[in-house]
Amino acid sequence: MKISKEEVLHVANLAHLEFDEAEIDRFSEQVGKILEYVDALNQVDTTGIKPTSHAIFLTNAFREDVPKAHLDRQVGLANAPEQEDGCFLTPRVIG
Amino acid sequence: MNLYELTIHEAHRLLQEKRISAVELTRSVLGRIEAVEGRVDAYLTIAAEKALEQAMAADKLIGAGDSRPLTGIPLAVKDVICTRGLRTTCASKILANFVPPYDATVSEKLQKAGAIFLGKVNMDEFAMGSSTENSGFKPTRNPWNPDYVPGGSSGGSAAAVAADMCLGALGSDTGGSIRQPASHCGVVGLKPTYGRVSRYGLVAYASSLDQIGPITKDVTDCALLMNAIAGHDSKDSTSVPREVPDYSRNLKNGLDDIIVGLPREYHDSGGLDPDVARAVDNAKAVLKDLGVRFTDVSLPHTPYAVAAYYVIAPAEASSNLARYDGVRFGVRDKSSDSLQEMFRRTRSGGFGAEVKRRIILGTYALSAGYYDAYYGKASQVRTLIMEDFKKAFEACHVLLSPVAPTPAFKIGENTDDPLTMYLSDIFTIPANLAGIPGMSIPCGFSSKGLPIGLQLMARHFDEDTLFKVGYNFEQASDFHDKKPML
Repeated sequence: MKISKEEVLHVANLAHLEFDEAEIDRFSEQVGKILEYVDALNQVDTTGIKPTSHAIFLTNAFREDVPKAHLDRQVGLANAPEQEDGCFLTPRVIG
Repeated sequence: MNLYELTIHEAHRLLQEKRISAVELTRSVLGRIEAVEGRVDAYLTIAAEKALEQAMAADKLIGAGDSRPLTGIPLAVKDVICTRGLRTTCASKILANFVPPYDATVSEKLQKAGAIFLGKVNMDEFAMGSSTENSGFKPTRNPWNPDYVPGGSSGGSAAAVAADMCLGALGSDTGGSIRQPASHCGVVGLKPTYGRVSRYGLVAYASSLDQIGPITKDVTDCALLMNAIAGHDSKDSTSVPREVPDYSRNLKNGLDDIIVGLPREYHDSGGLDPDVARAVDNAKAVLKDLGVRFTDVSLPHTPYAVAAYYVIAPAEASSNLARYDGVRFGVRDKSSDSLQEMFRRTRSGGFGAEVKRRIILGTYALSAGYYDAYYGKASQVRTLIMEDFKKAFEACHVLLSPVAPTPAFKIGENTDDPLTMYLSDIFTIPANLAGIPGMSIPCGFSSKGLPIGLQLMARHFDEDTLFKVGYNFEQASDFHDKKPML
C-alpha cells in the first residue's frame, strides 16, 4: 500500500480531521491508488526545469495604501457561530 | 414561445423594444423553475421575491431609456460565488447557514449591469467533482435524461441553462468544471484565461487554477456575459491589468485566416467513446467548410496532466480549506469543550468524503519529506505542459478536441472509484494548468440522445478567437437549438 493507515492518521491530525476505522481503511486504499497513479510523474525528466506555481506571469500587484470603507464589526460577526462583546467566542484554548 | 426559452440577446431586444417587461420575463422563468425543479434539482436557493424586486428596478431603468445588454436578464449563480445577503453554501454542510456580508466582484458587476439573480445553483461540494453527485445536499439531474449526471462541478449551472431555468449562469472552472457540464448538458461554457475575471468573492478551491466563467444557451450570450464580468480588479492580486475588448465585435467575422491545431495526444487517446469521436469528426468537417485550415500538433506531456493536477489542486485545497474551523462563520460542532476538539469535530462532520479525500491527499503531498517528490515534481511538469501549449500555438490559433472522453454517465456509476472520475477530466485539465482559455460548444448527440461538446482552446487572453470560431460553428450547426423534453 502506497500510504499506510498510520500515515493517513498522521495527515488527518495535521489537517484537523478525525476518522473512524472504516474511513481510515477506505481513505488509505483510495488515496493509495491515487498516489500510485500520480507516480507516473516520475517518468518525466524534469532536470533543470523550473517549477510553475502560477500560470500568468505577474509579480507584486502594488497599490496605494489608502484607507477604504471596511465591514462594520457587527456585519463581520453576523455569521459567527458564537459571539460575545463584539468578539468571536470559542471553546477554551488551554485545557 | 415561452419567455423562459429566450436567449439573453433575444430577451434584451424584446425588453428594449418594450414588448415584454423584466417582471414578465422573471415571472416566466420562476414559473419554469417551479414546474421542473422537482425533476432537475438544479437550485440550492431560489430568491423569487428578491428577483422580482430586481426586475421591477430593471423595468424602471428600461423605462428611463437605460437598457444595457443585461438589464432585466434573470441569471443563476453557482453557489461558490458570494452574493451579499443571499446564502452561499458551496454545496457544503459546513457552510449551510453562510450568508455573505459582501458581494463577489462578478456579482457586483452583474447587478450593476442590471442583471437579476434568480438564486444559487448546485455543484460538487467546494467545486470538487465531475458529476455534482458530491453536493452535500442533493445530486442534480441531467435535463436530457434524469438517470444521468449533468457533469460537474458546475452541474447546477449547466442543467439550469439547458432546462431554461435561467437565461444564463455563472460557473467556475478549476479542472473543467464549466466546460464538462456544459458539454454534458448541451450548452455553451467558457473558462476564461486565468486572471481575466476577478476571483474576489469566489470561494477558493485551488487558487492557481480557479476561474469564473459564463454558461449560456449560445455563443452570443456567452460573449455578452464575458463583457460584463471580465476586467482587472484591485481586490484580486492575480487579476491582470489589461484592457477588455468587446467580445461581441468579431463574432460575425469569417474564419478564412484561422488555423486549427489537432493535438495528436487528444485525438489518438484510447478510451474515446465512438459517439464522441464521430461528433468531433463531424465538427471538423463543418469547420473545414467554413474555411479553416488544419494542422497536426503535439502536446507530448498530456498523459501527465491529470497526475500533476491531482497533486497541485488538492495541495492548494488543503491550504484553502483550513479556514473552515467553526470560529468565524459556518457550522460549529457545539459538543466540544476544547478548541482543538471543536476544530476536528466541526470539520469532520461538515465536509463530505471527496473533500476529505482531497484534503488528505493535499496535506500528504505538502508534508515534510514528500513536498519535493509530489508538489515540486508536479509544478515542474506543469511548466512542461505550459511549454507544450506555447509551442503548439506557434503553428495554430485554436486547438480542437473533445471536452470529455464520453457523454454523461449514469448517476452512481463512478461514485465508488474516485480515480476513474478524475480521468474523465483528461482533456480539460491541461488548459487550467497552462492558464489558457477554453470553450465548450454543443457538437452532437450520442446514440442515447445525450449531448456532446467540442472544446476549443486558444492562447492566453485570446477569448476573442474562441468566440469567433464558436459563433461561426454554431451558425453552421443546429445542436444549440435542440431542447431537452422535460
